[in-house]
Amino acid sequence: MTNPVPMPNRKLPASAAARKRKTLTLLLLLALLLIIFVLSACLGSKWESPLAVLQTIFFRGGDSAFVIGMLRLPRLTLALLAGAGLSLAGTVLQGLIRNPLASPDVLGMTGGASAAAVAFITFSGGAISIRWLPVAAMAGALLVSGLVYALSWKNGVAPARLVLIGVGVSAGMGSVTMLLLAFSPVTSASKAYIWLIGSVYGASWQQVLTLLPWTLIFGAIAWANARNLNVHQLGEQVATGVGVALQRQRLGLMLVTVALAGSAVAVVGAVGFIGLIGPHIARRLVGASHGALLPASALIGALLLLLADTAGRTLFQPLDIPAGVFTAAIGAPFFIMLLLRQRRQPGGS
Amino acid sequence: MVKPLFKHNSGRLLGLLAALLLLLLAFVASIALGTTSIAPLKTLQALIRYDPTDSDQIIIVTTRLPRAMFALTVGASLAMAGAMMQALTRNPLASPGLFGINSGAVLAVVLALTLLPLTSLSQLIWAAFVGAAVAALLVYVLGSLGGGLTPIRLILAGSALSALFGALTQGVLALDESGLQNVLFWLAGSVAGKDMDTLLQVLPYMLTGGVLALTLAYSLTILSAGEEVARGLGQRTSLVKTLSAVAVVLLAGSAVSAAGAIGFVGLVMPHFARYFAGNDYRWVIPYSAVFGGILLLLADLAARFPVQPGELPLGVVTGLIGMPFFIYIARTEFTQRRGEHDESRTDA
Repeated sequence: MTNPVPMPNRKLPASAAARKRKTLTLLLLLALLLIIFVLSACLGSKWESPLAVLQTIFFRGGDSAFVIGMLRLPRLTLALLAGAGLSLAGTVLQGLIRNPLASPDVLGMTGGASAAAVAFITFSGGAISIRWLPVAAMAGALLVSGLVYALSWKNGVAPARLVLIGVGVSAGMGSVTMLLLAFSPVTSASKAYIWLIGSVYGASWQQVLTLLPWTLIFGAIAWANARNLNVHQLGEQVATGVGVALQRQRLGLMLVTVALAGSAVAVVGAVGFIGLIGPHIARRLVGASHGALLPASALIGALLLLLADTAGRTLFQPLDIPAGVFTAAIGAPFFIMLLLRQRRQPGGS
Repeated sequence: MVKPLFKHNSGRLLGLLAALLLLLLAFVASIALGTTSIAPLKTLQALIRYDPTDSDQIIIVTTRLPRAMFALTVGASLAMAGAMMQALTRNPLASPGLFGINSGAVLAVVLALTLLPLTSLSQLIWAAFVGAAVAALLVYVLGSLGGGLTPIRLILAGSALSALFGALTQGVLALDESGLQNVLFWLAGSVAGKDMDTLLQVLPYMLTGGVLALTLAYSLTILSAGEEVARGLGQRTSLVKTLSAVAVVLLAGSAVSAAGAIGFVGLVMPHFARYFAGNDYRWVIPYSAVFGGILLLLADLAARFPVQPGELPLGVVTGLIGMPFFIYIARTEFTQRRGEHDESRTDA
């Protein structure tokens, strides 16, 4: 399957078998995620047995309840949620814009959310509850991605131009974030990293609770719109012909991606490339129909960030490498590969 | 192509002289203004009759003057590197920043700092050259691989390379927390806190690169008309390209090792230069150099004031100035170019 934006699967005689295969793939992914989740919880400065981890999860007891329950589990859960949110946002964007290069970071959402989050922390001065941080980040994501889209508009939005301008604006947002950091009391370099490159370091259950409702609610909304996304994927004319309220739906789904990506960035910072890679891997596994694609991509996004964070946490102990370093190290070559592969396709230039 | 403002060489020369005057003004302002303002006349005094008992003159000679010199040379180097890259690739967004050459040099310097026992700038600069060369080679391979990427996609690939090098740099720095704080400021670009000795270590390479750029300027003008044209006129294009690449690596590498990664100077200034001087690179390169110097002197001035007593990283200031220009260039230059019409369609 080399076509980056393939046609959704039609109802074929083999569709029952295909559906069975997809369900199986999803279940396998889920199982893999759970296994890696437990294994990551075992890993750390001190190895804990999987049994102790399960004990902590289910009975809240055991000798290592503090290390596992208060330090490791919230961090892993946060990675899981943020990864799923970013990947879901990328999937919806790629379906809506029909652009395989689209992702929250490329379109400036991540940069905007990150800058807005830093602005919120710098200027609210603790007067406003930190629970509003995701909302501020979403506003930033909305504003900047709207700006990118508007600036790319010239008799329609050419995909390459959209991405080009998105990349430029994202770089500018990096400067804005650094500028805000220079004004803020949070001037320590490690804090700056979190907002510039993304890290799950120092996560708490509080943060998990801040993110959880957004990812769940908007993930569910996206999934409920899977059929609409399938229609959008066919192109504007078909979508209008089928009777989809095109513009309204597109706007609504855009807001869903803003909420998913913005809330994730608000808690883990500007983790890049997950929203780009996740959907592509998922499409390879379960095809382009969004009913299976969305859950698969959420699972893969969660898996990716979980692995990146676990690698950053354990490879160079006691040092902690931001997860964003790993996602970029994998994601940037992947992005270049996509660019090269598109070139070989007729019409993809 | 927009018609240049100056159509004759006399006009171009006058324009260049005016720009030089502006450069001088920016230079003096850069020395005079800061947390303590110093009368411009004192600057002259400090240069001609240095009086080590006068505190103002000490500030000038030990802090302000090196700093202004750094801004000037780094800006000129980056802008010349950008002009050469735009001529070579015929890509209006080509620049050391967007093609990952700056960040490649930064990564190499950071690696050399952590892995090798190198500390002096005269050694680190070679690491920067290696990093810049590797990045340039990667971009070249990406640009020519199997027919090559279209200009717009090459920029995207370059920015991804940039992101990759940036992430690896952060990773290396996270491994070595001791040097983190001072490296972080250097990373974002800064010309503060340098002395003349440091400048003397990088200046020879910048000058070599600059002279090479000026020597190649005429060949670049021809090459920028297209490779076939240049070959038809009897140019040894591969020689010109190789020498130009060497000049770019020298200029960008030494600029980065002197002041960190400062973006957008190499992108924007050549466009200004072409606006005034047209497509003749014998004029574009000196114009770019002067404009680059002016831009960094002014950006460095602007960086001193917003967060006193600290200052902003210079890269932040140029990033904020440069972004609108980037968008403008991306919007105007990348629409309806022949042979790229398929870029403008959404559907595969």
